[in-house]
Amino acid sequence: MTGRRIMMALAPPVVAIVFSVALSSVVLLIAGTSPWEAWREMLSYGSSLGALVETGNRATQLYLAGIAVAIGFRMNLFNIGVEGQYMLAALVSAAVGAAVNLPPILHVALIMAVAMSVGSLYAGVAGYLKVTRGVHEVISTIMLNAIALSTIGYLLRTWLDDGDDTTLNITTPEIAPSGRFPNLNGMVEMFTREIGRGRELWGFLLIAIVVGVLFHLFLTRTRAGFDLRATGLNPFAAEASGVDPRATVVRAMLLSGAVAGLIGLPEILGDSYKYDLGFTRGLGFTGIAIALIGRNHPAGVAVGALLFGWLDSAAPILDVVGDTPREIVSILQGVVVLSAVVAYEVVNRIRRAQEARDAASATQRTLEPTS
Amino acid sequence: MTTLAVELSGITKRYPGVVANDAVNLQVAEGEIHAVVGENGAGKSTLMKILYGMQSPDEGRMLVQGAEVQFSSPAEAIAHGIGMVHQHFMLADNLTVLENVVLGAEPQKRGFIDREAARRDLEHLGASYGLDIHPDDLVETLEVGERQRVEIIKVLYRGARILILDEPTSVLVPQEVEELFRNLRELKARGHTILFIDHKLEEVLAIADTVTVLRQGRTMATVDPKRVTASELAELMVGSELPSPSTEPRAVDDHVSLSLSDVTVLDETKRPALDNVSLAVRRGEILGVAGVEGNGQGELIEAILGLRSIEDGGQILLDGEEISTWSVRRRREARIGYVPEDRHRRGLLLDAPLWENAMLGHQTMEPFARGPLLDRGRSREATTRIVKDFDVRTPSIDTSARALSGGNQQKLVIGREMAASPRLLIAAHPTRGIDVGAQAAVWEELRTARRNGLALLLISADLEELLGLADRLVVMLRGRVAAELDPATTTPRQLGGYMTGAEDVTGDKE
Amino acid sequence: MRHPTLRDSVVMRWMVAALGLVIALSLTQDLARPETTDLISAGTAESTLRRAIPILLAGLGGIWAERAGVVNIGLEGMMILGTWFGAWGALEFGPWWGLAIGIAGGAAGGLLHAVATVGFGVDHIISGVAINILAPALARFLSGEVFAARSGGGITQSPRVDSVGHGDLPFVSGGDLFGWSTPDLFGWLSDQGWFLVSDLFALLSGITSNVSWATLLALLLVPASVVILWRTSLGLRIRAAGEHPVAADSLGVNVYRMKTLAVVVSGGLAGFGGAFIAIEQTGIYREAQVQGRGFIGLATVIFGNWQPVGAFLGSMLFGFADALQLRDRTAVHALLLLVGVALAALAVRAVLRRRPAAGTGFAALALVVLWWYSVSEEVMRELPPITPHVATLLVLVFASGRLRMPAANGLRYRRGQE
Repeated sequence: MTGRRIMMALAPPVVAIVFSVALSSVVLLIAGTSPWEAWREMLSYGSSLGALVETGNRATQLYLAGIAVAIGFRMNLFNIGVEGQYMLAALVSAAVGAAVNLPPILHVALIMAVAMSVGSLYAGVAGYLKVTRGVHEVISTIMLNAIALSTIGYLLRTWLDDGDDTTLNITTPEIAPSGRFPNLNGMVEMFTREIGRGRELWGFLLIAIVVGVLFHLFLTRTRAGFDLRATGLNPFAAEASGVDPRATVVRAMLLSGAVAGLIGLPEILGDSYKYDLGFTRGLGFTGIAIALIGRNHPAGVAVGALLFGWLDSAAPILDVVGDTPREIVSILQGVVVLSAVVAYEVVNRIRRAQEARDAASATQRTLEPTS
Repeated sequence: MTTLAVELSGITKRYPGVVANDAVNLQVAEGEIHAVVGENGAGKSTLMKILYGMQSPDEGRMLVQGAEVQFSSPAEAIAHGIGMVHQHFMLADNLTVLENVVLGAEPQKRGFIDREAARRDLEHLGASYGLDIHPDDLVETLEVGERQRVEIIKVLYRGARILILDEPTSVLVPQEVEELFRNLRELKARGHTILFIDHKLEEVLAIADTVTVLRQGRTMATVDPKRVTASELAELMVGSELPSPSTEPRAVDDHVSLSLSDVTVLDETKRPALDNVSLAVRRGEILGVAGVEGNGQGELIEAILGLRSIEDGGQILLDGEEISTWSVRRRREARIGYVPEDRHRRGLLLDAPLWENAMLGHQTMEPFARGPLLDRGRSREATTRIVKDFDVRTPSIDTSARALSGGNQQKLVIGREMAASPRLLIAAHPTRGIDVGAQAAVWEELRTARRNGLALLLISADLEELLGLADRLVVMLRGRVAAELDPATTTPRQLGGYMTGAEDVTGDKE
Repeated sequence: MRHPTLRDSVVMRWMVAALGLVIALSLTQDLARPETTDLISAGTAESTLRRAIPILLAGLGGIWAERAGVVNIGLEGMMILGTWFGAWGALEFGPWWGLAIGIAGGAAGGLLHAVATVGFGVDHIISGVAINILAPALARFLSGEVFAARSGGGITQSPRVDSVGHGDLPFVSGGDLFGWSTPDLFGWLSDQGWFLVSDLFALLSGITSNVSWATLLALLLVPASVVILWRTSLGLRIRAAGEHPVAADSLGVNVYRMKTLAVVVSGGLAGFGGAFIAIEQTGIYREAQVQGRGFIGLATVIFGNWQPVGAFLGSMLFGFADALQLRDRTAVHALLLLVGVALAALAVRAVLRRRPAAGTGFAALALVVLWWYSVSEEVMRELPPITPHVATLLVLVFASGRLRMPAANGLRYRRGQE
């Protein structure tokens, strides 16, 4: 990649972030609080070791969510159902994980396999409806999200509840230690001081990195990945080139759902060891934002995940210090998404005009302007 | 001295890297039929778009009826009495004829569209100019000739005195062209001025009062058609004789590469779009398929490729093997090549780099892939070879396909198909919309491939191309093979007759 | 070549289908007696209408945008803006102002979507998704600023607001006319207990008594949309922008302006829907109360074949599903009988059309549903809240028939590019 290309790739997210910070600052000024104080507090708190560990954990979840959505987006498939897929997968895999007792690696592998299968199948429903009945996946996955949440409520209430738990919480039984993912505190503490306060850097971070690498290799190095990208770029040309459009749609949804299934595992395998009412929601929707910011590229999604993860972990300080409402961070995030999307479009247009100029001069004729 | 309806002087228009119009001068007298000719890419369309207000010139002046004007939108051109009939019809399929005609100039009655007044006016116009249309038809139900009539009524409805027609005959067969020229003469008799763009020289000589020739964005000459011959005009257009596809003795053998028997394809309403079609293409032979668009050619291509399924009872054989149950991928892997009619839609990934486009259709085969993985290195090498061998002008193989000109895009598509050594090539309108240089190159490639034993199915609306390249011709009409002809002994006029059904197989005229 | 206008025949077909559904419900209720009397009753009808209005408004919003060629996935976000600004407006200035400000809030969201898609050429669905992310964030922030300080309010909800007022329609439901009370015809007819007829009039009584003025206003928007889009210049130009923008441009129509206008109207309609939820339905702004109704509204657009009347019928259908969950769980249970019978009918039809695979599939499903109905007394409590979502899914699955989307819907349009 040439220097200019890298700059063109980085410009939109950078512009988006700068613009969003500026806009949010204006909002804060109007609301009568000081933006400088807010950003300063966030930066100082956010650079503490504890907050960074929190960032890492959040980013792990968000990265998996972003990749799950990006797989679909690459094919112009809008899998908004990541939310329902990951929650359903989390519940079922937690319940299964608690019900068995296997040697450590096998136990974790089983939980992961169950989670990926559940997410995959549930996404597959939407994929199937799309190829057989032409149901648009945006609406169907959103409906399926609601159905998933209801199903989870029903399952928790009737079958999967842990009878031994005496609190008002409804939860699945706890997973035995062999089914837990070790944390990375030891590795981190080799470079820094002790993390302390019981905080742990979830080990699932490593799995997330592996998923990202596999995604990149899949897209750029495999035939199936080429077919997927081609269908996203031009389904008609892809079909004429031999790609089976319906099979590809289903395959993409299954893959997307499988990755979605992993989203809940960092928390379950690294922190709570069960599924209960306190389980983190909303990651699926945030994943959409991350995928949009990261332009569906494994590295870009990582940047988006780290950004949002950091913002989420630094935000709580605003509740404690100063009079800035914490919700400004949500606005910041919302504006970043919208402005990133616009910025990409503008940069794209500039790039295309430049390419057309280069290509035209290469032809050395004074003819046809465009095709 | 006759007044000038339109005078353009010194019109210049630049695009990134290209000068589309270079100090062009044009003088159109009142009440005349004035033709603007030039090869594809000479700047004719751009000039007309400037006159119609769809583009603004970078330099130059425009005078209409002696008054200087500057149009920033078609609305202003319309207000000055200029109307444009586009080459690609600008009609919304889901709206009625009436709605399409009055759009933007709707007659009002108490805040609502006055449909009765509009209907009256339309029928009046139709009657007085001899243009037969029905206001309440949905446009999607109309045929090509009818749609063109709607386009003409559209401009007349807005009081156009000066009509611009952009390549009006490109979608018509000879009989329909005569009908159009009748209408044009009627318009001229009623005092309208007509400007039309064309590159078919016999037509131009038949209808025009004055001809202006453009080449590479500049005005070459303005001539009186009664005093020039077609070849002199051609020389002005390209600087030498127009290349024409010519036949050569073919070395065809009897081996049948592609054979269709009783192939039927149903459309969404369960009617046959292809009706018991049987044909055969031999090794080393070019079979031309002629026909007005929409008579089953598209379905024919899709059936052979596997994009559509055929009804029971039909058979498609490739080198003797039955392939009608095969997937598209399997057929492509069996070395069926495809040059699509619409390269943007079916042929290219516009936003992908050239080297990935070179893989399209062959991404599961050597040299592009090895097993389930892609071989980027060899793919790039192969692309570089294609670019060199087929003269695809591009700064690099990483350039997006979108950045290339139409001609270079088409060369890439043809190049990648040829480089895969197909045994059967399906080429649909392979030289549509590309400049003459590229056109000649494409024809040469097809001839070379035929010499090397390729079986080629050539679908085209360019009668010259068909008659020049094909060894045998079939005509498609309403989903059937209406005629089988020998290109050496068929004239364009006869061919047009079969295409419209005016002549039947026995040769009787309408 | 003559061609009958598509509209007439389709509208007729819907009316017949709607009537058929009403009859089916009435029969189901009779058969399932004494289990429930809520499947078809005045109370259910009233709830149905009330629940249908937000969906209808979202659907109209979807139609306006898509007729101009812009897909508006952001309807949900615009409804959220409508709920917030509606509640705030009602608190500050009164319920009618609340509606107006809610509409303005939704329209602002529409403007944002228009700028992104029409102005910058962003993909329609991506822009809509981004707005759906931004809107709740904005609502939460504003709530924190504005509502948290007041009693009864917090970052997730506002203090209570009043409705715009209700009335009964005169003559048919005993409403006052210029101060004189009129007879309640529908009410009397529904009390008679006549088979089928009384049920029908119970329905009509329910939707004409105690109706909110906002509801009537919303209903008027249906014929208004039809008239504007199909009988005026503006409407023709908007539709042309959605069918063939290049053609419209070549005739001097400002396509950008038409699309922007249509999308802003679309947002305004969604905003109205949101404001209606806050002011008429719940009487409060509460976070996450739109509950996907923006998307269900989009489903009515498809179901209604991009026609306002179709969207209205679709919204009534979904409103009915939505209303049932509030009534009682035995009503939903009785619905299982109807669904089971419908599936069985589909199975028979598939077999008659010589599609045995589909026939067996439907038959199997029918058996499952009917067995579920017979072995249980009521459905699990998690089912009623998602009845509208399930209904939406089922409708989309089975309604993929002869639909006619505007030809250039979803296309990124840039002027000057062929």
